[in-house]
Amino acid sequence: MKDLLDDECSVIVQDLTVAYKEKPVLWDIDLKIPKGVLLAIVGPNGAGKTTLLRSIMGLIKPAAGNVSIFGQSIKKQKNTIGYMPQRGSVDWDFPTDALDVVMMGRYGHLGWFRRPTKADKKLALDALDRVGMLDFSDRQLNQLSGGQQQRVFLARALVQDADLYFMDEPFVGVDAVTEQAIIGLLKELRNQSKTVVVVHHDLQTLSDYFDWVSLLNVRQIAYGPVKDVLTNENLRTTYGGRRAFLMANQPFVD
Amino acid sequence: MFVDLFHFNYTLGVVMSGAFILGISSGLLSSFAVLRQQSLLGDVISHAAFPGITLAFLWMMAKDPLGLFLGAIISGWLGTLFVHAIVRYTSLTHDAAFGIVLSVFFGLGIVLLSYIQQTPSSEKAGLNSFLFGSASTILFQDLITMGVFCLIIIIFIILFWKEFKLLAFDPNFMNSLGFPVVKLDILLTMLLVMAIVLGLQMVGVVLMSAMMIAPAAAARQWTSHLGFTVLLSGFFGLLAGVIGTLFSNYIPHLSTGPMIVVVVSLFVIVSLLFAPHRGLIWNWIQTYYYRSNIRANSMLMNMLLFSETQTDPYHCHQLSALSAIGRGPALRAMHELKRQQFVRNPEGDLWGFTKRGYQKAQRLQATLFKDDHGY
Repeated sequence: MKDLLDDECSVIVQDLTVAYKEKPVLWDIDLKIPKGVLLAIVGPNGAGKTTLLRSIMGLIKPAAGNVSIFGQSIKKQKNTIGYMPQRGSVDWDFPTDALDVVMMGRYGHLGWFRRPTKADKKLALDALDRVGMLDFSDRQLNQLSGGQQQRVFLARALVQDADLYFMDEPFVGVDAVTEQAIIGLLKELRNQSKTVVVVHHDLQTLSDYFDWVSLLNVRQIAYGPVKDVLTNENLRTTYGGRRAFLMANQPFVD
Repeated sequence: MFVDLFHFNYTLGVVMSGAFILGISSGLLSSFAVLRQQSLLGDVISHAAFPGITLAFLWMMAKDPLGLFLGAIISGWLGTLFVHAIVRYTSLTHDAAFGIVLSVFFGLGIVLLSYIQQTPSSEKAGLNSFLFGSASTILFQDLITMGVFCLIIIIFIILFWKEFKLLAFDPNFMNSLGFPVVKLDILLTMLLVMAIVLGLQMVGVVLMSAMMIAPAAAARQWTSHLGFTVLLSGFFGLLAGVIGTLFSNYIPHLSTGPMIVVVVSLFVIVSLLFAPHRGLIWNWIQTYYYRSNIRANSMLMNMLLFSETQTDPYHCHQLSALSAIGRGPALRAMHELKRQQFVRNPEGDLWGFTKRGYQKAQRLQATLFKDDHGY
């Protein structure tokens, strides 16, 4: 892996350490994410994947370390990032419809007090169309299936019109058709030279879906292009005691 | 009629206006509290406000409404801060924190109240009314203070509509957009404290929590649109205020505050039972309808299966051969199908398709298992 120049990177993380009380959740992470890649953050439960995502976005205050987005602090880059949180993080019985949720992706661009305009509404409808949900735009949230909710969240991230996307487990609880639709859109974003950072769970699909990968278990075990990083040894270090399970399920490892 | 009453009876007019203001402001804010799953916070705030009222009285030795309001606001606000602090810095969960803050603050208020009652002040009489509420102690002066607070609440909800909506739905995402979520949370909670405090004198510390839950719980049943939920909640609040006041005015010995709470609770019961889509009775009817529909369809499908073994698709069969479900439900389903002229029943236990029914069964077979998934 050649060294990346700073201005080739969308995100630079240096010596990042995050702790809840005395227990470190992330320990001394270094990460340079090049522009225009589809990157997966992979690791066992409790490895700190979501914490890493949220600390890069400035939603968690680190104990130590430094994060820069396109060479600036995150505070100055809020409108260049897009975010798709976990589906379970909100109450889907909230009284509103799919279009209204997607429109929330425009609030950052609107700023204080301004209401969404017709142009915002058009962008939101376009995004719903891209995720195949145009017919569901006036559907109440509690009448959407899990996969449809996930696609609404993706549409909301799309209307943010960002250069750098963070997605927290976008494939959890969706069927194969929806998964293909979502990964298709993520690749489309990457092809428009946007950077997409995804917390991911499924090792089987890793090399099909992603260009780069960060193997995480509190520390960063390995980082780089998927084909360089995805070795038996790295996976064993990342998943520790559960390697027996991994050995049996690894058609792709050299 | 309303105008008439206002002219004939000044006191009733004042009380009614108070109930109106109290109802609309608690109604509007209760929807945000309920949607943010903070229903019980209202209970904590109203109890926590009580020592503030007694302390403010001790400070001023007078019942100046603005002073009492401010005391209540500060102390109610302190209560919510304590809840946050307990949840954040100890291993206790929200419900424990609610319980502790509520009882400690309320206890302190009661101690101070009993102290005040031993002092010679002539104005102390009205303080009791903050416990269970007393509409008759409302003065025109109080109305002005209440009205100003209510106006502030309405203006802020309109101004911060989009921000409060996102705060209630997805604070996490809002944070990622760069909005100061903590500050907005403080602002919304502050408005909640105001709404509670301005109702305390009429409804009382103990019952005020009902006003912070019931209007929204009722409104949510009727609509799935945030704007309508908030408006309807405000409307239910003010309607309960007005109706409660009228009841307690015309029926002797019923005090206004508790009457308002009873009325708003009736709204909740009616809404839980009868609202379309979310109401219990609606659900029962719908479940019954769907179930009998599915039974009828499954009978048609069974008959279609049998008809394929015959040269004549309209051949009649015995019911026991046709049905896999119990005889009672099967018979009910067949009679319903017969009423719609899908099947015929030429004699005794023999059943067969009509032409209409045969076509219907074939249509069903073609469409029944096609899903309507986006793609």
